[in-house]
Amino acid sequence: MKRATRNSILIHLAALFVAVLILLPFGWMVIASVTPQRILISTPLQWIPDTLDWSRYELIFRGGADSVGATFRAALANTTIVAVGTVAVSMIVGILGAYAFARLRFRFRQAVLILFLATYMLPQIALLIPLYLILNSLGLLDTVTGLIIVDCSLVVPFVLWILSNYFLTIPEELEEAARIDGASRLGALFRVVLPAARPGIFAAIMFAFLLAWDEFMYALIFTSSNAAKTLPVAISEFAGRYTTDFGLVAAGGILAALPPIVVAMIFQRYVVSGMAAGAVKG
Amino acid sequence: MTGVSVAGVETERRAPAPAPAPRGRRNRRKRDNQGRLAFWLLLPAAVAVFGVIVYPILRTLLISFFEVNSALATDTPFVGLQNYVQILTAPGFWSAMGRTLYFTLVSTALELVFGLIVAGLLNAKLRARWLFRAVVIIPWAIPTIVNAAMWKGIFSAQYGALNAALTQLGIIDQYQAWLGDPTLALNMVIIADVWKTTPLVAFFLLAGLTSIPDELYEAAKIDRAGWPRIFRSIVLPMLVPSISIVLVLRTVEAFKVFDIIYAMTRGGPVNGTQTVAYYAYTTAFSDQNFGVGAALSYIIVLVILVLTFVYLRMLRRSEMSLL
Repeated sequence: MKRATRNSILIHLAALFVAVLILLPFGWMVIASVTPQRILISTPLQWIPDTLDWSRYELIFRGGADSVGATFRAALANTTIVAVGTVAVSMIVGILGAYAFARLRFRFRQAVLILFLATYMLPQIALLIPLYLILNSLGLLDTVTGLIIVDCSLVVPFVLWILSNYFLTIPEELEEAARIDGASRLGALFRVVLPAARPGIFAAIMFAFLLAWDEFMYALIFTSSNAAKTLPVAISEFAGRYTTDFGLVAAGGILAALPPIVVAMIFQRYVVSGMAAGAVKG
Repeated sequence: MTGVSVAGVETERRAPAPAPAPRGRRNRRKRDNQGRLAFWLLLPAAVAVFGVIVYPILRTLLISFFEVNSALATDTPFVGLQNYVQILTAPGFWSAMGRTLYFTLVSTALELVFGLIVAGLLNAKLRARWLFRAVVIIPWAIPTIVNAAMWKGIFSAQYGALNAALTQLGIIDQYQAWLGDPTLALNMVIIADVWKTTPLVAFFLLAGLTSIPDELYEAAKIDRAGWPRIFRSIVLPMLVPSISIVLVLRTVEAFKVFDIIYAMTRGGPVNGTQTVAYYAYTTAFSDQNFGVGAALSYIIVLVILVLTFVYLRMLRRSEMSLL
């Protein structure tokens, strides 16, 4: 019993240590975002500022048309549209495809699945130049629609993988019962399989959202103005332009990280169960 | 990739036993129907993925055999394999390749080790376990570019928190340019990448850990097995599928690394953090050498293919021996 208590204390200490390692860098960025510039560059560094400086957040939220704030706000709107659009399209397309992989018997089933998953090995750089020319000729350069289209090609294979594995864990009998009661295959998919697959679906939504929010290379090459520029591109521009004003970069970075952090925390409890199937079955 | 074969086995197992002739025909028709349904269900996904990538991938292959020196070039002579030869004989390519391999091996190894530890903690009986899980998920959710900007600030030679902390602790006596030395900079980028990616790896492994039945642990306890023994004989073998997925995913991702490099160091100093993907990017877009850039991206694809195959073979063998 005594050994168990000691082990438990050790485990708690280790967890605390890991939590501190994770929170320290992020915490410093949060503090830096409200630290006045003169204190931020002081040596020796005064870790906790005596006055708080909210000017960067004010600039980001209220800055005029040509300011950093305007770019940031446009990028926030663009990223939200791109991420939500990509998640919506990928989930619809992915649910249908994953059902086929998990439940239907057809020729080349395994080969087709491997083909989808193998696209993950392609570096985006291998597609950039022709994609640029195609988007240009379709008038989709520097548009959120164009970004949603190219982002879906990155996200759909992941969704297919997570969902088809999860669908496999749902007993086929459930669906058969519904079909004996007269439901069609698609009817059974929507009324029986999807409700039972909720953890897998939430895990897939979270993955897709984080992937789309994080996407950088396509956005870097295919967008040029506030019309479609996303947050990763905007933040990397800030970081390149305001090298001396880390506080501003930190404030922008924190705001850009908040939506995915919130999404991850909400969906967090589904991730493990949603992926459990994926990890075991592969 | 491993999953594919497992999933395949799944269906074979479920396939109905050979039926008498009349039913056989009906089964065949059912199968045709399933094939048609599968086609229509998979069509949207295929359009979304292959509709975007097939033409560009073929076009890039074509470009890699020509000399293309501008996006609007009209005079683009066919040069055969010369672009590939030029790359394979350039010292810049081999050093970029070496750095990429170093980045890939070190970051993947660290992420796997730390990921295992964090996964164990995530799975342990903790008070406020939900809080711990919520904290651990933060780095995973932070966008790569934000993570890069954050660590660039921490490592800054003028105001960085690392310099401030180490000086105030008396470990160093003056501020260091952590991203100023080619070799050091690459290791610093690895730290930033490991901080961000370890939680993702940990959650993947946690998914594997939670699927180990409690009976196995109980049996081990009855046999009075110690923790090292339990880890080696139960946890590790049961985790092999999860570990192999994580290894493949992380290796591929690390080999393609671009955004964290772009945002932290732009490949510098003195090309010290220039990975192959970044090298391909500068060749194509800064030097406007699209033909060579295209050939480079094909070489990257080839190396990733080889790496993946080697991994999968190795892991399949080790899986057998561990079980």
